[in-house]
Amino acid sequence: METFRSHVMICGGTGCHSSGSGDLIKAFEEQIKGNGLDKEVKVVRTGCFGLCEVGPIVVIYPEGAFYSRVKAEDVKEIVEEHLLKGRIVKHLLYHDSINENSGDIKSLNEVNFYKKQKRIALKNCGIIDPENIDEYLAFDGYKALTKVLTEMTPEEVIKTVKDSGLRGRGGAGFPTGLKWDFCYKAKGDKKYVLCNADEGDPGAFMDRSVLEGDPLAVIEAMTIAGYAIGSDQGFIYVRAEYPIAVQRLQHAIKQAREYGLLGKNILETGFDFDLEVRLGAGAFVCGEETALMRSIEGKRGEPRPRPPFPANQGLFEKPTLLNNVETYANITQIILNGADWFSAIGTEKSKGTKVFALGGKINNTGLVEIPMGMTLREVLFDVGGGIPNGKKFKAAQTGGPSGGCIPTSKLDIPIDYDSLVSIGSMMGSGGLIVMDEDNCMVDIARFFMEFIVEESCGKCAPCRIGTKRMKEILDRIVAGKGVEGDIEKLEELGNMLKESALCGLGQTAPNPVLSTIRYFRDEYEAHIKDKRCPAGVCKGLMRYTIIADKCKSCGICAKNCPVSCISGEKKVPYVIDQDKCIKCGQCMEKCPFGAIELK
Amino acid sequence: MACKNCDSKAKLYKELDALIQEHKGSREALMPVMQGAQGLFGYLPKDVQILIAEGLDLKLSDVYGVATFYSQFTLEPQGENVISVCMGTACYVKGAQLVLDELKKELKVSEGKTTPDGKFTLNATRCLGACGLAPVMMINDEVYGRLSANMIPGIIAKY
Repeated sequence: METFRSHVMICGGTGCHSSGSGDLIKAFEEQIKGNGLDKEVKVVRTGCFGLCEVGPIVVIYPEGAFYSRVKAEDVKEIVEEHLLKGRIVKHLLYHDSINENSGDIKSLNEVNFYKKQKRIALKNCGIIDPENIDEYLAFDGYKALTKVLTEMTPEEVIKTVKDSGLRGRGGAGFPTGLKWDFCYKAKGDKKYVLCNADEGDPGAFMDRSVLEGDPLAVIEAMTIAGYAIGSDQGFIYVRAEYPIAVQRLQHAIKQAREYGLLGKNILETGFDFDLEVRLGAGAFVCGEETALMRSIEGKRGEPRPRPPFPANQGLFEKPTLLNNVETYANITQIILNGADWFSAIGTEKSKGTKVFALGGKINNTGLVEIPMGMTLREVLFDVGGGIPNGKKFKAAQTGGPSGGCIPTSKLDIPIDYDSLVSIGSMMGSGGLIVMDEDNCMVDIARFFMEFIVEESCGKCAPCRIGTKRMKEILDRIVAGKGVEGDIEKLEELGNMLKESALCGLGQTAPNPVLSTIRYFRDEYEAHIKDKRCPAGVCKGLMRYTIIADKCKSCGICAKNCPVSCISGEKKVPYVIDQDKCIKCGQCMEKCPFGAIELK
Repeated sequence: MACKNCDSKAKLYKELDALIQEHKGSREALMPVMQGAQGLFGYLPKDVQILIAEGLDLKLSDVYGVATFYSQFTLEPQGENVISVCMGTACYVKGAQLVLDELKKELKVSEGKTTPDGKFTLNATRCLGACGLAPVMMINDEVYGRLSANMIPGIIAKY
C-alpha cells in the first residue's frame, strides 16, 4: 500500500462545492505535481466538515491545519510554504484555530465549533473519501455487518437496536428497534427495507451531508436491517435536487456490489440483499411514509390512512421497514460499540446524538452533531458562535414547516424529542434556523404556510382547504388588512387541522403559526391593531413619509405620484395622504434630496 | 439535404424508445422513465407522454397525473437558461425574496415563466441545501451564493 506523509483533505460537500472546492482540488493537484510532491502528498475529496460558513475548507494532516475560505490563488502559497517547507500559512487559517496566547494551532477538537460536538452519524464525514470503499473499510467499515452475519441472530440485532434507545431521526422519534421488530414479526414472502432520503424541510441538509460524506454507512446499515427483518431488497428514495449525493450513492452501491457486500451470498454467508436508488421529483409530501411508498410504485405520492401500517402492508402491499438516513447512520456504531455505549449518551428518553443544520442569522452556518440534552443556548451561542452583526436573537425555528419557533425565554430547555414538543415545536429532521430582530414572525409564519399550501397534496379537505384559509388570513395581516378576531380564527383553524388532517404533513402544518402566536402574539397584534410591522419587514404596513427638514418643496414627488396623493406648495414641506397612497415608491425613487423615507 | 433539426429530433425519439423498451410494461418504472424523457426533451410534450403510457401499459391519465403532481416535471418548454432562486427558510430569512423580486424586475418575467425571447426561465425553488451560502440561486448548474439584489444585473449580463 502506498503511504503519504501528508494528506490534503478538501471538502466536497454541496456547500463547499458551490463555493468552488472543485477548482481547488484541481489547483492543489497541479501545484503538488509541479513541486514534485505527488508521491508524498495525497489530495482527498471528503464529505462535509460542517462549518459551511467559511467554506471552501481545506484541512492538512498530520498537522491538522484548518484553512478556511480558500481561494484558487491561495493554493500556490499553501503548497510551497506548508507542504514543501513545512511552514503553516497562518494568515489563511480559520481564525479560531490558532491559540491566542501561544500562537500554536489548535487541534480540531479544541476549536469552539467542534469542542462540544459528538460525532456518531457524521463519524466519517470529512475524514474519508466517500468514493473509495477501501477508505471506508479502513475505518471499521463493514465490521458491523460481518459481526451481524456471523455472530448474531436477527432477534439479537433487533434487541440491540431496541436496547440502544435509538429513535427515528426523521422527526417523529418513533423507537427504531420497535419498528424493526414489527417488520420482523410481520408475515410475508417478500419484505422491503427503505431509506427516506427525501429531505424536504427547507433549511435542512443533514441527510444530504451524510449521503455525500459517508454513503456506505447507510448502505451497510440497510443491509443489516435486511438481515434483521428478513428482506433481500431495499430502496433509497432520494431527492433529485441532490445530484452529488445521488452520484456518490450510486457509486458506493456499485463498489459494494463489486466487493461482494451487496447482491447474492454476501460474505459467503448465504444472505442476499441488494439496493436500488429511486429519485424523488420535487414533492414535499413524499417524505411521509405512505406517500413515499406510492411514489416508489410510480404513482402520485399521496398518503393513505393508517392502519394498515407499513410494517404489515407497505411498498407493493408487502411488509416494509422505513427509516431515515441519519437513523441508519447510527446503526453500525450501535452494533460495534453496543447498546449500552449508545444509551449512555443523551437524556433519559432521547438517546444518542442529533445532527442539526444551523442556518439563518448565525455566525457558524453549517452542520453540527450534538449529544441530546444540550441546551439550545449552547448550540446557538457556543457551537453556533452567536448572532452576527451584534443583532439580538429573536427566535430559533426547528422542525421546518412542521415545527415551531422557540423564543429567548425557552433557550435553556434541553434539546430532546419530548422537551421540544412540550414547547410547541418538534425535533423534526434537524433544520435549525435562527432569526434576529430584523425578522418578522408573522411574515415567517406566512412563509411556512405558503410552502404548505403549495405542497399539500390535496387529498384530504382539512389540509387542502384549511391551510389555504390560514394563508389567506396571514396574507391579509401582513398586507395591513388584518381584522380583529383574525388571531382567534387562526388558532381555531389550526387546532382543527391538527386533529383532522389525514397525514403528518397536515397535522403539523399549523405548528409554525400556532407557535408564533403563542410566543409572539404582540407582533400579530401590532400588525392587526396598530397596522405596524415591528421588524419593518412587511411592505404592506410600511408608510412613505416626507422628512420636513430635508424637503425643498420642489414638487417632483407630487408630479410623479400616479395617484396624486402628494400635495404642498412652495416653501412648505410636501405631505403624503396616507389613505390614498398605494406604496409604489415612485416618490422616493424620484426625490433628488433623499427627503422621503419608508418606515 | 436532410433537415438537421428533424435529424436531431428523430434521434431523441429513438433514445426515448430505447428507454421505454428497457422498462416495457413496468408501472413502477414510470418516474425514472419520465425523468429520463424530460432529460432528453427538456420537458414532457403530449406525444412523449402518450408514448410513455403506451410503452408502460398505462393510461395517459396516469402519466399526466404523475407529471402534474411532482413539481420537477414540466409540460412547457424551458428557456435556454433556467434560473432557480432558493426559497428555503435559511435563504428566505436572509433576503431571498428581494433577490427574486430583482430578477423579476430585471427580466420582466413572473415566477415560473419564460422570457419572450426564450433566453431565461425564472423559478423559485425549494431548499437547495446550500444554506451556508444563503441566499443562493442556481443558473443552470452554476451556483451563486451570498447574493444581494444589486448583484443581479451583473450576473444576468453574463448570459
